[in-house]
Amino acid sequence: MGAVKGKSKQEVLKALEEEAKQVVEAIEKMKNPAVKIPLRALTNVYFDAKQRMIKLGDKTGSRTFYNVNQAKKFMQTMLVAAQIKSLILQNSPTLDTRQLFYLLRGTMPNSEEDKFDDQDESDAIIEDVEVIIDALREELGLIAVPKGVIAGPLVIEDVASGDIIDYTKMGAAGGAIPASVEPENFRFKKCTADYILVVEKYAVWNLLNQQRYWEKNNCILMTGKGQPARAERRLLARFEKELKLPIYVFCDMDVYGYYIYSVYKQGSINLAFFSEKAAAPSAKYIGFNVDDYKNFKLPKTALIKMNDDDLKRIKEVKAYDWFKSKEWQAELDKLAAFGYTIESDALVAKSIDFTSKTYLPEKIKKKEWLD
Amino acid sequence: MVDKPIVNNNNDLRSISPAEFFEKNRHLLGFDNPIKALLTSVKEAVDNSLDACEGHKILPEIFIQIQKLGETRFKMIVEDNGPGILKEHVAKAFGKLLYGSKFQTFGGKQGRGQQGIGISASVMYGQLTTGKPARIITRTKGQKNALVQELKIDIKTNEPQIITEASIEWKHEHGTRVEIELEAKYMEKKASVVEYVRQTAVVNPHAKITYIDPEGQKTVFDRVVEKLPKEAEFIKPHPYGVELGVLLRMLKETSTRALNSFLTTEFDKVGSTTAEEILKTSGLDPKIMPKLLSVEQADKLIKAMHGCKIMSPTTTCLSPIGDENLKKALEAEYDLEFAFAVTRPPSVYRGNPFLIEVAIGYGGELPADQPVKLIRFANRVPLLYQQGACALTKSITSVDWKNYGLQQSGQNVPNGPAIILVHMASVWAPFTSESKEAVAHYPEIIKEAKLALQEAGRQLQLYVGKKQKKQLAVRKADMFKLYAIELSEALSALTGKPKEPIHKQLNKLTEEMLKLGAIEEEEAKSAEEKARTPKRKLGAFKGVDEE
Repeated sequence: MGAVKGKSKQEVLKALEEEAKQVVEAIEKMKNPAVKIPLRALTNVYFDAKQRMIKLGDKTGSRTFYNVNQAKKFMQTMLVAAQIKSLILQNSPTLDTRQLFYLLRGTMPNSEEDKFDDQDESDAIIEDVEVIIDALREELGLIAVPKGVIAGPLVIEDVASGDIIDYTKMGAAGGAIPASVEPENFRFKKCTADYILVVEKYAVWNLLNQQRYWEKNNCILMTGKGQPARAERRLLARFEKELKLPIYVFCDMDVYGYYIYSVYKQGSINLAFFSEKAAAPSAKYIGFNVDDYKNFKLPKTALIKMNDDDLKRIKEVKAYDWFKSKEWQAELDKLAAFGYTIESDALVAKSIDFTSKTYLPEKIKKKEWLD
Repeated sequence: MVDKPIVNNNNDLRSISPAEFFEKNRHLLGFDNPIKALLTSVKEAVDNSLDACEGHKILPEIFIQIQKLGETRFKMIVEDNGPGILKEHVAKAFGKLLYGSKFQTFGGKQGRGQQGIGISASVMYGQLTTGKPARIITRTKGQKNALVQELKIDIKTNEPQIITEASIEWKHEHGTRVEIELEAKYMEKKASVVEYVRQTAVVNPHAKITYIDPEGQKTVFDRVVEKLPKEAEFIKPHPYGVELGVLLRMLKETSTRALNSFLTTEFDKVGSTTAEEILKTSGLDPKIMPKLLSVEQADKLIKAMHGCKIMSPTTTCLSPIGDENLKKALEAEYDLEFAFAVTRPPSVYRGNPFLIEVAIGYGGELPADQPVKLIRFANRVPLLYQQGACALTKSITSVDWKNYGLQQSGQNVPNGPAIILVHMASVWAPFTSESKEAVAHYPEIIKEAKLALQEAGRQLQLYVGKKQKKQLAVRKADMFKLYAIELSEALSALTGKPKEPIHKQLNKLTEEMLKLGAIEEEEAKSAEEKARTPKRKLGAFKGVDEE
């Protein structure tokens, strides 16, 4: 299984040290010390059509110490880097970014000025450090709070505890996705599934789990509860790269559902630097889409009228490079013309079993998806 | 005011004397309350002294003392080194209201006189409130002894009464000393005698003024300029400044025998061509005897005079303090870091020549967090009351001081460690009321004052800008030194190198960067970068934000 290569703790430490070394060298040579930071603005985000993912370009900004507007940020960057190094050396448990903020907090000597005013400041610097040394937050020993759950024929080893977890024995709650799903913490032991089904909403996941959908269809059933956090996206990428399984995504028939699918598949603008490790470009959009409404003869009670915000958002999404394929442009046009949205929850209006017994199996069998 | 009739109970009319008028209307003339009465009395006496000295080309040396005699009883003493007064004039000069050289009929020159009703009003006030006569000592050059008179005013007849008279030896070769006892209240604050003296010293830098307050505290305002101001010349009235009433009197009193020669003789800037044009416009016969003109004809004449294009009035009637003198004087009286003064060229409002002078002082003893100190003058006399009603104040508040290094909210008096001085010099300074403390709102005056203030403001901004830049450099140095402590610690932790050498080297680098001015360059660069980067945070839209 070819894992997406991440950085080991040793590599992270080395990268942090190298960055600090070149800063000290500049100071010794009486030069303005600087660190290069890849720009994370839209101007430096592009869609790689070949790899089918949103990527960060190669534009970099320079953060220097002898600049009135950057001096404090420069100092903060080194403070965060030093704190991360110290956590790794102590073999610390992974921490949340808010917990890191509390470690960094304090006033400077003989001054009333805080090193960090609030968590927003330290969070921004953490993202800077991620891109400076090209390592993920998870590799720095930091986490973002996950919210996803999975169920299905998958067995993993939680490396730190040595616990073996079988996701077929998780009952009604399913198994929570941990904050770090990096191979060194979350090791795949065994997987016999035929495909991965990602559903946007927990309510839909919950119904499918009760109906033992994953058992009857031999798949892994997963949800990120709406917009996915980093761990769910990273896990899906690992499923794709390491288990080489087909991935289907089931969302609301509205522009927000379509966009959530695109985040799983191609990544997002804000975390463009994260796409290579957390996108699953082979993922297919199984539904719900506009044609499904007629094909499956859904009752009118499933419809919700769109508002101006929805229509405006359709226009915006249509303009993204990763929605420029003919089929997606056509789908967005159809959605705008249709004027209604359909939540994936609404399929119960047809019947409780409709999603699990009719809709999903039929769509997957007929390969009726959008790519 | 002189012939104002009043109606008594018997319904018959009689005229009252100016002295009687003063007794009943002293509030109109600057004697409204005991504080102001003292100030007005000092002002009248000092104005007289300065005018007398300047008129005889003597550099003024003025001595002022206020003695406290009782809770509300004071004695005012003003002494000068002027020419002295001839015996035959003394009684009238001090003991008769509306007497003296100050009441020119037509035309005029810049002078302090028009500001007040005269020293005799102070004598009158003292007499009314204490019953005591005024005491005058005066000596003209070459006289063996000085003359001492004690004077009162007969209120019914407005004639002086000499109570005592003597001849004494006096330390001064020439000069005049006036002593008046009066009911008064002494204030230390704004609009106080000491403030008046200080401001008078600023706009009369050629005078030496010594002041002794009721506590015996002596303050000397030394002479700053060793030269008398250029004497203002008398000018004839300009046609634009003449009103019908004045014209009628001029027509009656002229010695000319034809209207065209009346115009060319009695007015400023009217030659034969202009006179011809005025008469043509008015449709009047150039040969009419001026004395025979009817009111209707005079009205036609004045309309033609105001309608014709006539050269601006002669400005030799003005005597500015001068920008250099004003700057020196301001610096001498206030502890300042910076001072700048402007004298504008003469301008005209309604046919009256005038000019504006402005001085700005900054820093030093002046408080930073309060409204700036405004001091206003008309013809070298401080205007201590009615600041809000004055056109000079209006011109100050209508300037946008934020452009010139001061703080200002809306059209208010700006805040900051500054003093702003505005002086209006004119043949006829227009006041809003009889108490003569506020200049009337003529657009020409406000405009000139604004131009002068803006010019001075630009110099102020240059100074304040430089100063702020210096302060910024100090703050910058402090900032880098503070951050260097934490930075060297983090770098030491990251590289394993000892902290102290890094810290030392960083501080050395900071000094070097500040010295080279290398930090500003970085700012400019990053501003460019900012301009190129879109401000909107991406992906931040409803319902689809990550994490």
